[in-house]
Amino acid sequence: MRLTKIFFAVFISASTLFFSCKPKDSDVQAKITEKFATVPELAGATASVTDGVATLTGEVKDDAAKGEAETTAKDVKGVKSVVNNCTVTPPVVAPVVPTVSPDAALTQGVTDATKDFPGVTAAVNNGEITLTGNIKRADLQRLMQSLNSLKPKKINNQLTIK
Amino acid sequence: MSALQDKYKQLIDVANASGVSNLQVSEQDNVLHIDGDAPDGATKDKLWEIYGKIDPDFRAGDVVMNVNVAASAGSKAKVTTDSTNLNIRKGPGTDQPIVGKAAHNEIVTLQSKTNDQWWLIKTDGGVEGYAYAQYLSPQ
Repeated sequence: MRLTKIFFAVFISASTLFFSCKPKDSDVQAKITEKFATVPELAGATASVTDGVATLTGEVKDDAAKGEAETTAKDVKGVKSVVNNCTVTPPVVAPVVPTVSPDAALTQGVTDATKDFPGVTAAVNNGEITLTGNIKRADLQRLMQSLNSLKPKKINNQLTIK
Repeated sequence: MSALQDKYKQLIDVANASGVSNLQVSEQDNVLHIDGDAPDGATKDKLWEIYGKIDPDFRAGDVVMNVNVAASAGSKAKVTTDSTNLNIRKGPGTDQPIVGKAAHNEIVTLQSKTNDQWWLIKTDGGVEGYAYAQYLSPQ
């Protein structure tokens, strides 16, 4: 019968559509991997997909990146749910070390800086500047500004402030 | 936060808040080092005012604050000596011969920065040479 034929055709096309709508796990996994690869923060994360459940593993730098991995995976068609097993490993930050000028440069700099303050004597030793003598209070800050910009290790102020 | 950073917290906070660029706060042998480029002279003055409140005689010896005003070639600077003329020298050092002078409050043009101590400047009168940066305030 004609109607039966139509039903049959509809059933075939519907079933084709239905099956084509359900992506294979391996394709879903490949899609997630592809998306992770485009985001530098997610370079350490990997996904494995079983029955539409994506399990994420690997190391990311912070919680934000972990969350982003999950959101990215959820957005992929065919993912039913996400198990986020990514671990957060903060990058190791090297301690900042101040730059200290060598004594030769400090000695030259100190000579220039104290030139206008005749009562002041400055000695340089192992990166430290030691000030002795007298200075007017009004001049103290200007001298200290000059000496601080020489990048010494330390300034020992033993000046008598008048 | 270390005890030193706590003691000078206001200084660090204001440096952060007033747009000091390349700000670096570090510690070595119980001395706090604060390095950076201030956007203007007012910011540098403000930082020194705070430092002077925390340690009025600068005697504690636990801070080295090297925050200087960022100034680029071609910009103008005012001679801020107490009252005297500013020596312009042939090279960057007080042992260098004097080639000219800039008057107190005169405006000069910055040619280049040799370092934080010595700047190559040019006066409107055409004298070019090195002057001590401590007496120049970028405009």
